[in-house]
Amino acid sequence: MSPILEVTGINKTFGAVTAAKDINVSVANDEIIGIIGANGAGKTTFVNMVTGWLEPTTGSIKFDGRDITGMAPRRITRLGISRSFQVAQVFSTATVFDNLMIALGIAETTSILSALRPLRRAGLEQRADLLLKRYRIDDYRDAVASTLPQGVRKLLDIAMAMVSEPRILLLDEPTSGISVEEKFDLMDIVMSALKEEGVTVLFVEHDMEIVERYVDRVLAFYQGEIICDAPPSEALIDPKVIEFVIGDEPQGQMMREKAALHTGSGETSDA
Amino acid sequence: MDMIKDKTIVGLTIGFAAVAILGVFVMPDWLLSQTVIAFARALAVLGLLVLWRTGLVSFGHALYFGLGAYTVAMLGRYFGISEVLITLPAATLVAGGIGFVLGFVIRRYREIFFAMLNLAFSMVLFGILVKTESLGSTDGFSVEQPTLFGIGTDTASNKLVVMYVGICVVGWLAAVLVHRYLQSVLGSLSTAVRDNEIRVEYLGYSVAEAIHGKYVMSAALTGLGGGFMAIALGQVDPESMVNWTVSGELVFVTILSGPGSVAAPFIGSLIFELLRTYATEILPQGWQLIVGGTLLLIIFFLPGGVWSIISKAMGRKEAEP
Ligand SMILES: Nc1ncnc2c1ncn2[C@@H]1O[C@H](COP(=O)(O)OP(=O)(O)OP(=O)(O)O)[C@@H](O)[C@H]1O
Ligand SMILES: [Mg+2]
Repeated sequence: MSPILEVTGINKTFGAVTAAKDINVSVANDEIIGIIGANGAGKTTFVNMVTGWLEPTTGSIKFDGRDITGMAPRRITRLGISRSFQVAQVFSTATVFDNLMIALGIAETTSILSALRPLRRAGLEQRADLLLKRYRIDDYRDAVASTLPQGVRKLLDIAMAMVSEPRILLLDEPTSGISVEEKFDLMDIVMSALKEEGVTVLFVEHDMEIVERYVDRVLAFYQGEIICDAPPSEALIDPKVIEFVIGDEPQGQMMREKAALHTGSGETSDA
Repeated sequence: MDMIKDKTIVGLTIGFAAVAILGVFVMPDWLLSQTVIAFARALAVLGLLVLWRTGLVSFGHALYFGLGAYTVAMLGRYFGISEVLITLPAATLVAGGIGFVLGFVIRRYREIFFAMLNLAFSMVLFGILVKTESLGSTDGFSVEQPTLFGIGTDTASNKLVVMYVGICVVGWLAAVLVHRYLQSVLGSLSTAVRDNEIRVEYLGYSVAEAIHGKYVMSAALTGLGGGFMAIALGQVDPESMVNWTVSGELVFVTILSGPGSVAAPFIGSLIFELLRTYATEILPQGWQLIVGGTLLLIIFFLPGGVWSIISKAMGRKEAEP
């Protein structure tokens, strides 16, 4: 089957900083991909380029066979790629329910005339309620978004990204700012909801246990380059990944030990 | 139908009908004329309310107020057209049209830059009018007696009553339409754009277009208000129609009224008009002191404007779409 997303030779420089260097990725339908890399490795830059926030300096991005390089985010969203954010982007003065209603209303709008229809319609309200349940935030239905706990805000951000019923969803650090105990609960909710919706997922993550648990494939970034593209069972014991990615993460020590068992080398002193 | 179920529309209809009937049968002429002036300004404030809900404040809407006023006046002077069913829609269209053109520049700016860019444009118009001798420079010129369905009014008192009923009808219609708009998806984009432009773009809507549309709407409403003002005063001049103090007044009344309801501009505007009249009587040289003091009190104690008192009295929360 032809890939749903095809990134070919993209580069991005900010002055002297190279944030993306000859990145080539081909994503198949329904894949769940984890994007890992130390701070500043270029993960968010990659997400920003695929979703149109940044235009690559060179290279091309194809979605479902169609060139979307340099297209505006709103057009890419309409085509079927959506995203969440490292810092949740919600409508802070509106309630959780209204956040979803406004998002649904906008996503459904295709012309000025359809935009003039009342926002409060039975159809939209039902969909908003469904999303509240699916992302387990119905307890916070009438809470104003600025008052939400971090985990709920993250879930709302993801639910809002899903209102357009995208075919690809990019999540930028869905578990950042969440306590270790809550991370798995949050990811369980997210991943089962996304399975239900049938969407291809790429998510940026610093926690290797999460990566190991949820993904089919890992893209490891280092200084703007993909240094490893493999299933987690291989990627997480790859020496380069261990040195340049995992070494910097909190669970680095544990992962190095695991890797040592796999490779039998026992060398854990580097990085 | 859903129009009848909408409490705000029912309230607006009863309210405006009551005000119209009271005016025709009970109110003295001086109060009628103050209400006409207040409601003309309220139409402009309604336009600013749409922007304010989007998190935008314009310090230059006298530009559109003046465009509306001068459109009405010039149609009479140069084309002999004094039919209000032509002049007032023309005022609305001219202001909306200029708003549409300038909107391409203005929609790129936010906050103080948005406010000041509007001010700059309004000062350009002010400058042009002051320099144009054929339009009476700083003195301006007088507006032809208006007609409705081709019929003029014989006495000043009759003219006042017709204008009064007219502004009640137009005010009601504008309030209902803006209310419906605020309840629509486009209306909800106000909250959305104010809170988070990035999210709006990532939901598939152009923030620039959303702001542009709202800007045109506010310009058109302000032009309509200016057109009414020209008819009510019977005279246009740069100082009272286009000067930056006029823009300031509009912002003042917007804050005084509060963003909570489309009825607020009408109530706030009437309070402002009466406040200014009484302040001038009490302190002829320093009425600004009283009016300014009132604004301070509003900002400190009633950030939701006078509407928040009313909505509290009715036991409702602020009605945000
Ligand atoms: N808009 C920008 N202007 C200038 N430099 C930028 C910009 N965006 C990113 N960079 C730089 O590009 C590099 C990659 O940044 P990016 O945000 O993609 O990293 P990241 O992998 O997401 O890191 P983190 O884990 O901290 O989120 C960094 O050196 C960063 O400083
Ligand atoms: Mg990042």
